[in-house]
Amino acid sequence: MTAQHDAGLQLREITKKFGTFVANDAVSLDVQPGEIHCLLGENGAGKSTLMNVLYGLLQPDGGQIILDGEELHVENPRQAMAAGIGMVHQHFMLVEVFTVAENLILGREGGPVLNLEKARAKVTELAGRYNLPVDPDARIEDLPVGIQQRVEILKALANDAKYLVFDEPTAVLTPQEIDELMIVMQKLRDDGKGIVFITHKLREVRAIADRITVLRRGKIVGSAEPGTSESELAELMVGRAVDLRIAKPEAKVGQIRLSVKGLTVANPAGAVVVDGLDFEVASGEILCIAGVQGNGQSELADALLGNAQVTSGTVTLDGVDVTHSNPRQTIAAGLGFVPEDRQHDGYVANFTVAENLVLNRFTTQPFSKGLALDLKAIADNATDLVERYDIRTESITKLASQLSGGNAQKLVLARELSRDLALLVASQPTRGVDVGAIEFLHKRIVAERDTGAAVVIVSTELEEVEALADRVLVMYRGKAVGIVSPETPRDVLGLMMAGVPYEEALANSKAAATGKDN
Amino acid sequence: MTTFSAAEAVLDQVVRLEKVESADQKRARLSTGSLVVAAGLLLLGLSFGAGQIAHFAMSNAFDEVQLPTFAVPAGPAVLISAVLCLAAGVGLISGRLSPAWRRAAGVVAGTSFLFGFLSWAAATSALPFPVSNQLSGTVATATPLILGALAGVIGERAGVVNVAIEGQFLNAAFAAGIVGSITKSIPAALVAAVLTAVATAALLALFAIKYLMDQVVLGVVINLLASGLTGFLFDQLVQPQSRVLNSAPTMQPIPLGPLANIPFLGPILFNQTILVYLAVLSVAVVWVLLFKTRWGLRVRAVGEHPKAADTVGISVVAVRWQAVLVGGIFAGLGGAFFTVGSTGSFAKDLTVGNGFIALAALIMGRWHPIWAALMALFFGFVTQMASQLQTLSTPVPSEFLLLLPYIATIVAVAGLIGRSRAPAADGTPYIK
Repeated sequence: MTAQHDAGLQLREITKKFGTFVANDAVSLDVQPGEIHCLLGENGAGKSTLMNVLYGLLQPDGGQIILDGEELHVENPRQAMAAGIGMVHQHFMLVEVFTVAENLILGREGGPVLNLEKARAKVTELAGRYNLPVDPDARIEDLPVGIQQRVEILKALANDAKYLVFDEPTAVLTPQEIDELMIVMQKLRDDGKGIVFITHKLREVRAIADRITVLRRGKIVGSAEPGTSESELAELMVGRAVDLRIAKPEAKVGQIRLSVKGLTVANPAGAVVVDGLDFEVASGEILCIAGVQGNGQSELADALLGNAQVTSGTVTLDGVDVTHSNPRQTIAAGLGFVPEDRQHDGYVANFTVAENLVLNRFTTQPFSKGLALDLKAIADNATDLVERYDIRTESITKLASQLSGGNAQKLVLARELSRDLALLVASQPTRGVDVGAIEFLHKRIVAERDTGAAVVIVSTELEEVEALADRVLVMYRGKAVGIVSPETPRDVLGLMMAGVPYEEALANSKAAATGKDN
Repeated sequence: MTTFSAAEAVLDQVVRLEKVESADQKRARLSTGSLVVAAGLLLLGLSFGAGQIAHFAMSNAFDEVQLPTFAVPAGPAVLISAVLCLAAGVGLISGRLSPAWRRAAGVVAGTSFLFGFLSWAAATSALPFPVSNQLSGTVATATPLILGALAGVIGERAGVVNVAIEGQFLNAAFAAGIVGSITKSIPAALVAAVLTAVATAALLALFAIKYLMDQVVLGVVINLLASGLTGFLFDQLVQPQSRVLNSAPTMQPIPLGPLANIPFLGPILFNQTILVYLAVLSVAVVWVLLFKTRWGLRVRAVGEHPKAADTVGISVVAVRWQAVLVGGIFAGLGGAFFTVGSTGSFAKDLTVGNGFIALAALIMGRWHPIWAALMALFFGFVTQMASQLQTLSTPVPSEFLLLLPYIATIVAVAGLIGRSRAPAADGTPYIK
């Protein structure tokens, strides 16, 4: 083995099992100082498990970690940090009620008595060194997500880390914030840091990777050059050819079905989370609500369902005022609802597949006779839907908790689409779903549109918005920034997601483009 | 890069969302306001039946400096209080008060109700209402509550709900009683109390942290265990030879030099038992521990976001164990109050719910040691007032007066405080 091979950080034949499930099967990966190594894979492919092994959060069942030619035992994060490994977690590991400085010194306080003065100085010093400005006294919960991530990065750098792991860092960011993050990562690479960048977004991989390794079902299935096309990468990731964009026939827009006027919703703390929204959705069209997570989209969906406190404004469905209806009434009025948090709100994990498939209809014919349920009708319904929606389950009497993410989502969608709808509201319909299932779910949603329902899709993924939308409503801090065509350029949409109005965003984006040309 | 700077400009300013009144806040406003109005109406009713003169004694017979006894015409005093209370209530209901005025209205409502009610009660008796006794009694009664609340604050800040303060009190009181009786030594009794409460805390920590048991259920079980265990030992062991095992010495007030001679304040604040001074000191100690030390930062971190603490190499389990055990020290001191801090003898279930009132104080005090201590003082005040009024033989039935502290707890927790924010991971076991 040459010296060249000994340098850097290497994972050799790492195996990690959870019970009988093999999350990592003899996975080997290495990263050299001064490069960005992309680890690409679908949700559940084992990327985060691998990195948690590296960071000492999980103990491997086999394999070695080698740092600069010497074996490294990482039993806890403290040892990982001491060895110069830093991690930027997907879900930020920041204490929300602490200040930036307090978060930064947590775990490395440097003495039994807190010295916040020194902590502030340390924040300022690090922020200056890496050009990531942040106010040391700001409370994390008051900061926008992009800045919170900056703190998370500073925290990973605070121990003079040589190797940095970015675990799905772009999931919560606006396109502009993503661009900024890319620049930060490139700068860190040029400073000589070795970076492992975990993602399932092909566009990002192509933009920044020096090397690409693809993980599928716990195994390395190949590596690719940075120039590899998106469809080739997708095929490696999924294991078969995938349509990244479904063919969507032109919308046949009919009469208005959903009409929302001046809708305002306050959360229990009294903060206005949906602020005076006006929009209409017609029969046969899909309106996508785009925006960065946490800008009122979830509350808007809840308000349409009748599960949020509407402070003012009206919601009209097929001419009937449903503003203050409860969920049972809105469902009776023809609403199909796919909730954002599938596991908590989408199905009952301890009910069978068959029971879950009638959750919205078990009180009515043909599923109930008087006080009793008609189990035969329920079973027939389930057999039919399982087949039509390709829900992969051993039997309709299996518990819903045993379904994979994609199949669970098919179950939810099958149930909601199994009756005539006036309006379908689906939040993050393909979150945590593999690429293959995304294709299927998207086709079903478009098919529902073409039966004449009005469709509202809430999504934070621009790919999904582009694939599905007939019109796009961009939300920012509870307000509609504008309603635009899905052909609007990405950077304009991105600026709108940060609150910049359409005209200004367009002008800005043009100016930037001319700037680049010169 | 125009694009970035435009986005940056929006990103970097921390814009707060506009606020309106949510349904919850409206409910809180109306219920608080109605409660205050109801109190005002009660006073208004009382003002018509009030006696002639209410006497308030500012010092008691044994004080060195004797202060005059004030005489207040009861009818007008109650009436004025009623009007103030009603005005505050209407103001609160209207919802047009700024936060500062809302706070002021709350204070006006509270003090005018107390003053009005006391004037009415004092006027029914020829004896003066002893104001200084009331206040010094408040401090003494609040002592175990303060210590218990501190025990809870430390545990819950680390994410372990402590419903077992009552059980810790009871075990500690029992241990202090027996050890005090045998050794005739107050320090030995205190040490025994602390050790016992720490052992009870260890039980809580073991099942809550290691075996991930539901912490509220666990707390209730520990309380029942303490009640059963001390009751059994008391019947079988202590009762038959109570002269040997149930006659602990009691703490005597220690005057703090010349401070104790300050008129009015001296006897109230500076002529108390060692336990009272310890309680006050403990508030400061816990505050410093939580907010000024490395350990405190870690305790708060594991109570808010244990995984974040884990990822920077802090052992969540170890910090939680430490916090619960340290809390046990304060619960033990609080428990000792019931035997060596008062009569010196143990009786079955003699802590009568004080542990739960301490729990209420810590919740109302929003998991902050200083606020929790102030809330404990409030409960102490109400308890002491109930017993003072009993000796004045007012027309209010004594059973009702004994209910007062508990009513105050319910009203305060349910109505006046509303939603308060617990540590985010309070009561949630940490599983890697």
